[in-house]
Amino acid sequence: MTERTIPTNPSPLWLAYTALCRIGAICTVELQKLRHDRTELITRAVQPTLWLLVFGQVFTQIRAIPTGSTPYLDFLAPGILAQSALFIAIFYGIQIIWERDSGMLAKLMVTPTPRVALVAAKAFAAGIRAVVQAIAVMIVAAILGVHLDTAPARLVGTVIALILGSAFFCCLSITIAGLVLSRDRLMGIGQAITMPLFFASNALYPVQLMPGWLQVINRINPLSYEVDALRGLLVNTPAALGFDFLVLVLASAAMISVAAALLPRLTVG
Amino acid sequence: MPAVRCTGLSRRFGDTLAVDNLDLEIVQGEIFGLLGPNGAGKTTTIRMITTLLPPPRGTIEVFGADVAARRMAVRRLIGYVPQQLSVEATLTGRENVWLFAKLYDVPRLTRVRRVNEVLAGVGLAEVADRLAKTYSGGMIRRLELAQALVSTPRLLVLDEPTVGLDPVARDDVWERIEQIRADSGMTVLVTTHLMQEADERCDRVALMHRGRIQALGTPAQLRGNLGDGATLDDVFRAYTGDELADTGSIRDVRSARRTARRLS
Repeated sequence: MTERTIPTNPSPLWLAYTALCRIGAICTVELQKLRHDRTELITRAVQPTLWLLVFGQVFTQIRAIPTGSTPYLDFLAPGILAQSALFIAIFYGIQIIWERDSGMLAKLMVTPTPRVALVAAKAFAAGIRAVVQAIAVMIVAAILGVHLDTAPARLVGTVIALILGSAFFCCLSITIAGLVLSRDRLMGIGQAITMPLFFASNALYPVQLMPGWLQVINRINPLSYEVDALRGLLVNTPAALGFDFLVLVLASAAMISVAAALLPRLTVG
Repeated sequence: MPAVRCTGLSRRFGDTLAVDNLDLEIVQGEIFGLLGPNGAGKTTTIRMITTLLPPPRGTIEVFGADVAARRMAVRRLIGYVPQQLSVEATLTGRENVWLFAKLYDVPRLTRVRRVNEVLAGVGLAEVADRLAKTYSGGMIRRLELAQALVSTPRLLVLDEPTVGLDPVARDDVWERIEQIRADSGMTVLVTTHLMQEADERCDRVALMHRGRIQALGTPAQLRGNLGDGATLDDVFRAYTGDELADTGSIRDVRSARRTARRLS
């Protein structure tokens, strides 16, 4: 049994296979971490639960936001799913600075792992965590009486939408980490962008209700495409699923490349 | 073929020339110590050898492979332990080592055996299934050694491996390193600013100051050059003067403090 040797000029196929192995390894580790620390799953479920319970119930009662034939709580639930995934993903950039400070990142970067595979692995690990978290939020939503369509194909679509959305925001956060290089600054920026991303999306209200300028921002906000896909899949609202997934795939691929290009900046200093 | 050959290596950070036209050869199978005060350029040199930093000027070869041209192949040959204590605290010791077995493509059929072997080799077999956050500083260092060794590297690179450890843990870590070298003939490159440690444990040392190598040889040779009864500390002072206090960036100090905090 010999170990795989590194070809002098690695072919794209070889690189793709290596990348898949690395992504598998780092995602497995993410699940192991979750297994050892289940409390995080519960503490992170508190906020989405409050959104559904308080905001959702109140706005359903006062009928302030017209959502057609869909009850407001049903309309809101996919938005909250996307929000909880967004918060988890943004946290990953902060984590990568922590890993830089603890030497873990340098150790990972000295392994024979292409940068882009390392970033993609982090991105999908964030996705895995978001999916596990989403299960908790969906259970809460179901208890509150949200009618979720749980046909297997729709659940598969939900998982893919959550993973792609998380990958994008995780890499956005790693990109900012690569630019600002300090945890304090990143935490400030992280907090400063997550809420605007959330409010400037269709997570809380239908696009038609937005003023014109917000509709423009909404259109370039990947979170809106994630919410649109989740809403179409889980509560059967009309959605441009094909286009949503196309945007999510392209946006996350682009963001992974940008984050991978900036990653070495973190281990230079 | 030397294990490492650096030729005309330079690296600048802003206005400071961290590494200044450095030439260095490390012989296969030796324990080579890179010594110097904080900010001497040791860590920068190590980062360039381990592919973390691209060398802007000069070349580095690791077992004949050019670091700039064959980064991935060079990484395969290296086991690296950074200065900070860098394990995943929320994973078990075994899971920490398993991750690196995967990242270095240790074949599936031998992976479990290899992970068990290295854990036993550093004396952590009994506690392998405990979370790493329950480990002491010395145990974490040994776990990092296991992570670096699981891929059977030809060059083991250790950046300040005993910083922050108590004397007993320090001896223990060194005994493991010497044992590994004896068993495998692995080349070991280590940085330290503890002269006594280098004197006792290294086959050859290079004294680095202001990005240049000021003296190179066996510890006995360097001491001998200075006269009878000289210690490596004296040699060190002779080359660096009394500037220990004001060299080194705030980052070095921060990172050393962080390591100390994590250990306490």
